[in-house]
Amino acid sequence: MAANRTDIDMMDANEKFRMRLGELFRTQNLAALSTHQDGQPYASLVAFYAADNLKHIYFATPETTRKFANLTSDNRVAVMVNSSTNQASDFHQAISVTAVGKAAVITGSEREPIVEQYLAKHPYLEEFVRSPSCALVRVTVYSYYMVKNFQNVMELHLEP
Amino acid sequence: MSWILSAEEIQSEDRHRVGGKGYALSLLAKNGFKIPRTVCITSDAYQEYLLQTGLRERILMELHRKDFKEMRWEEIWDCATRIRNMFLSKPFPEKLAREIRAAIGDRFRDTPVAVRSSAPEEDDTRSSFAGLHESFINVAGVESIVKHIRLVWASLWSDAALLYRQEIGLDVEKSAMAVVIQETVAGDRSGVVFTRNPNDETQGIVESVYGLNQGLVDGTVEPDRWIVDRARNTIITHTPPERKYWMIPGPNGVRLSKLPEEKSGRPPLTLQDLDVVFKTARKAEDSFQMPQDVEWTYDGEALVLLQSRPITTLSSDKSQDDRGWYLSLHRSFDNLKDLRRKIEDKLIPEMIAVAESLSAVNPATLSDQDLAAEIRNRWEINHKWVNIYWADFIPYAHGVRMFGQVYNDAVQPDDPYEFIDLLTNTDMASIARNNMLMDLAGIIRSNHHLAEKLKHGDHSDLDADFQSMVAEFIDKFGDLSCAVTGGKNCVLGPGPLYRLLLEMAAHQPATRAGRKRDRIRQLHENYLNCFDGDQKARAAELLELARSSYQLRDDDNIYLGRIEAQLLTAVQEAKRRLENGSGRQTSATLKQVLGEVNFGTESPPADPASTVIGERLKARQLVGQPAGPGIAKGKARVIRNHSDLADFERGEVLVCDAVDPNITFVVPLAAAVVERRGGMLIHGAIIAREYGLPCITGIPDATTLIQTGDAMTVDGYLGIVTLGDSGL
Repeated sequence: MAANRTDIDMMDANEKFRMRLGELFRTQNLAALSTHQDGQPYASLVAFYAADNLKHIYFATPETTRKFANLTSDNRVAVMVNSSTNQASDFHQAISVTAVGKAAVITGSEREPIVEQYLAKHPYLEEFVRSPSCALVRVTVYSYYMVKNFQNVMELHLEP
Repeated sequence: MSWILSAEEIQSEDRHRVGGKGYALSLLAKNGFKIPRTVCITSDAYQEYLLQTGLRERILMELHRKDFKEMRWEEIWDCATRIRNMFLSKPFPEKLAREIRAAIGDRFRDTPVAVRSSAPEEDDTRSSFAGLHESFINVAGVESIVKHIRLVWASLWSDAALLYRQEIGLDVEKSAMAVVIQETVAGDRSGVVFTRNPNDETQGIVESVYGLNQGLVDGTVEPDRWIVDRARNTIITHTPPERKYWMIPGPNGVRLSKLPEEKSGRPPLTLQDLDVVFKTARKAEDSFQMPQDVEWTYDGEALVLLQSRPITTLSSDKSQDDRGWYLSLHRSFDNLKDLRRKIEDKLIPEMIAVAESLSAVNPATLSDQDLAAEIRNRWEINHKWVNIYWADFIPYAHGVRMFGQVYNDAVQPDDPYEFIDLLTNTDMASIARNNMLMDLAGIIRSNHHLAEKLKHGDHSDLDADFQSMVAEFIDKFGDLSCAVTGGKNCVLGPGPLYRLLLEMAAHQPATRAGRKRDRIRQLHENYLNCFDGDQKARAAELLELARSSYQLRDDDNIYLGRIEAQLLTAVQEAKRRLENGSGRQTSATLKQVLGEVNFGTESPPADPASTVIGERLKARQLVGQPAGPGIAKGKARVIRNHSDLADFERGEVLVCDAVDPNITFVVPLAAAVVERRGGMLIHGAIIAREYGLPCITGIPDATTLIQTGDAMTVDGYLGIVTLGDSGL
């Protein structure tokens, strides 16, 4: 059956959503990561890199940190990236995206290609990432929640 | 940073801070022209006010509720109204207020002044904002001047100014406003000079009226007009008008008055005066090195220049034309009063009579040829009334807006839409229709036998009283099966009407929200107490006009719907005959006429598929305009076709593209109303307020992003629709 108008509208909206998301991930360096310990939420700031297909978000963390302990005991996490600039204008201009998914530590041969891409975005973190005590974490995203124009919220649920 | 500069203090580097008007006046003063005592509140003061009050971001949030290009004019008007109210209700920051009050008090005391806009953009862009920003004349007393400074600032964000700025590509975020305060010169003769005729560069134009200039500028007083040869300084033509009125200072502004007889027989200017006026304006042209549009007045024997600005536009200039269009969105009070008489006394009775006379002819009794002719006739009649609707009824809706602005300026309420409470106690046709439906539903509720018959689709042998009431209803409002303005798809027969009545009978629908009479009486008194003397009578008259405008805004569609229903009935009959397949001759005639009136074979829009390939994009929170307070939860009923209304169930949220009064019969069953089309004063919002239901308007793509059956919460306080539950 040929796609009707509403389908096409939604496909356009989908495309726009992905473009905005890609743009935000390219222009922002830091994300807020949410983990928990025994039901107590815990938030941390991480330097992130997102894959072009938007399925994965990566960050690095020393294995001695609370966030690392938390995500290895429960891999369900949320990652929040936003374009706010700490100005009043944020209220009409900023975009905020929350990604919900599962975290896993990358090891073995998988690690190096991702490290290369990660360092291309954060070259100043080379020593940090290559340290034997630093873990590279991949978040596989299930859903994105994008807030713009102060209170507009759209959700993108990715194919499992 | 200087907040206040007198004309004499303004230097060339201040140009951007005092705006085009302020800067031109300072140059006139420096070059020896006589101007009234003038001070300028610089755009720095405006910026300081925005910064201190937090208004800058409030305004931008207001304008970024959604993409500006997606906003209809009505939504822009709503934005402008809210912004104007912010300027009126935000207290002046202490330091700024002290300085401005001191400067004004020192210079003007109780002398009446003009408070004029002077937008720096005007200077930058060589585009004229004349008429788009507000100016006020004959304002007296420090507090009143301060209030009018705020109104001039707010006019930077008027609907017309916002649209015009978008049209010529100016960034609203960089807009600023300076204000010129000028002692009122109560001249007894005034006018304007175009030192060069925009249509003929060898000529200049002088126009003059008795009294103040305002009558000439706003077009209420016709001027004497001279065309002057620029090279020889000689008069080419003089066109005297019929001199009847003049504008003179009055309480709180100016008033139009009958011109004394001794003046009406001779032009305001002698030949000698004319020579002085034109030569003075030419000198201004020399000073500015550009042709000028100069406003002047005679204070006794002294010629005073009120303002001078470059002639930026020639008659073919496009932006000038567009500005005129934006300004035409607003009607004068007198124009609206004329419209009211025309609509109430002539058009509405005519519409009712037309619908009645059409309903006297039963299409089923006509031959095919006569039916074809009847369809053509009804199409033409309907077409004529649709045109009248656009030409007269739509502009009349401005009566509500005019009242809203006057109310807000006078009362300065916290809620800029408080004024609507004074308008809602009217007897709208759609409410009368809904009340009749409730009565019919009441009969079904108390008559089990009747309810059972209707449930089983057995419409024969119904209770006689019930039947005659249904017949009366259909006679007045149609059977609701297809009476939608612009609609083409009908459901045959009274089935949908009975289905709706059964739903209303099964669940007690919402009744009209009870208004608190005491509160309305108090609002009414508060409003009128803001005015004195003549102004009070005028304020009361404006309220009456607004009530009529508010009621007609809904009623006109009902009356138009009745006419359209007659066309649709005839079309329906033709379609029925075609389906039944009478002779070939018949088919050709009827097919042709249906094609002509654009009712040919057209498939209804398809329902959207519920999923989109692979991943799923879903709306969670959608923001629109809060148009009716309250919170409600319910399942969505998205209206894409008229026939979707027949399935409407009690407690659902009505979601549609544009609510038409001809579909609001389901509103008493609804938990809330959500509409793609935006505005506080549109039909969806009006009817929701009548029933006290939460309402949100202006949600882009509402009918695409929301699906029938979606669980939704409607927050009518904040204008937020939330879809689904809180799970991820």
